[in-house]
Amino acid sequence: MEAGRGTFLRDLRGTRVWRSVFRSGTGANTLHRALAIQQSIFLHLFSTKVRKRMLAFKSTWYLGTLTLGTLLILVTTGILLMLYYHPSVPQAYADVKDLKFVVSSGMFLRNLHRWSAHAMVFLVFAHMFKVFYRGAYRPPREFNWVIGIILLLLTLLLSYTGYLLPWDQLAFWAITVGSNISSAVPLIGNKIHFLLLGGNQVNANALLRFYVLHCMILPLAALLFVAVHFWRIRKDGGLYVQQSEPRKAGTAEESQKKVPTL
Amino acid sequence: MDEKNAMTPTSDEKEISRRALFAKLGLGSLGLAAAGTLGFSYQFLSPNVLYEASPIVNAGKPESFSLDSVTLDATTGIFLIHVQEGFFALNAVCTHLGCLTAWKPDSGQIACPCHGSRFSREGVKLAGPAPKPLPWLRTWINDDGDLLVDRSTNIPAMQFLRI
Repeated sequence: MEAGRGTFLRDLRGTRVWRSVFRSGTGANTLHRALAIQQSIFLHLFSTKVRKRMLAFKSTWYLGTLTLGTLLILVTTGILLMLYYHPSVPQAYADVKDLKFVVSSGMFLRNLHRWSAHAMVFLVFAHMFKVFYRGAYRPPREFNWVIGIILLLLTLLLSYTGYLLPWDQLAFWAITVGSNISSAVPLIGNKIHFLLLGGNQVNANALLRFYVLHCMILPLAALLFVAVHFWRIRKDGGLYVQQSEPRKAGTAEESQKKVPTL
Repeated sequence: MDEKNAMTPTSDEKEISRRALFAKLGLGSLGLAAAGTLGFSYQFLSPNVLYEASPIVNAGKPESFSLDSVTLDATTGIFLIHVQEGFFALNAVCTHLGCLTAWKPDSGQIACPCHGSRFSREGVKLAGPAPKPLPWLRTWINDDGDLLVDRSTNIPAMQFLRI
């Protein structure tokens, strides 16, 4: 039985259709296993080879991966919620109520979206604390830390823009207060406030702008930077594993001489 | 005049090769297009027509506000106050972060629910994070004898409207 399945899989991976899709072909040797990663557009962001201790729970606590998990849940549930939500003043609040009380599984999806959003903010911070206290932000990973800061800001902005969409009192006053904070920017603060809300008050224009930001602009930006973030992990030498002794000064020069990581 | 002489610069003016000229022209036009796109985007994102309420509010007959009364109109965000010296209107939007304040008759103060700023009946800041007093708004009586308030025009404090 086992052998039969093995043969079937091997035969399947040898077919022309399989090879036209996956390119890497058959074979379980090191080259083919590396090719299976390197030849896939989704997996090529990652290293073809990782050390076992990099994947150990204690190295990262899997915080980055868990953050990605919440992001994927948020994208999936968010797209489904969009099917019942109209970003307009007369309908937004009623739609959210319908999602909660009328739509089948609506309450489940909305709560999953809400709790995942909270979890993502928490996990992003936890991930950053872990990276910071382990010293994983140090060269050659310093630019990936900067990308991480951008992703933190995008996460907070996604959280903030999503907060307005239920269009209840909590949302309205939170966005009134939050958008007024942007007015504090020197010289151009009032302009930013006006552009953000599409007016002087939180009303129909603001709801629509926050909806577009929440559902299109910010998620696309986040996915782009997530891709760069993962690609840089590979380029910067893989996941960071804490050394028992920090490297001595002067090794910075040494690391410059190192063969670049592909 | 042979070719070598023609190529030699005759003055201090910098020679510029054809390639450099076209590169500069190309980059310059790209920069111009980028600046245009920025301006275009800014204009597109700024609405030219706003469907917001008019800044001028008709508060009705002044007689409807009894002496020593503070009336909040929550939809327009103004206080109408009738005191011994006359009428005046305050912007009820907190100067801190824009929440709607409320009149507390027990303490005789205006209080903001969001971050605890407190103001006197005349708008003077008493406590909390608000950076400025509540602004006084221009008020007048129109020909029909109605009390009007212009929410977009601040006036100096203590200018009462006497009727």
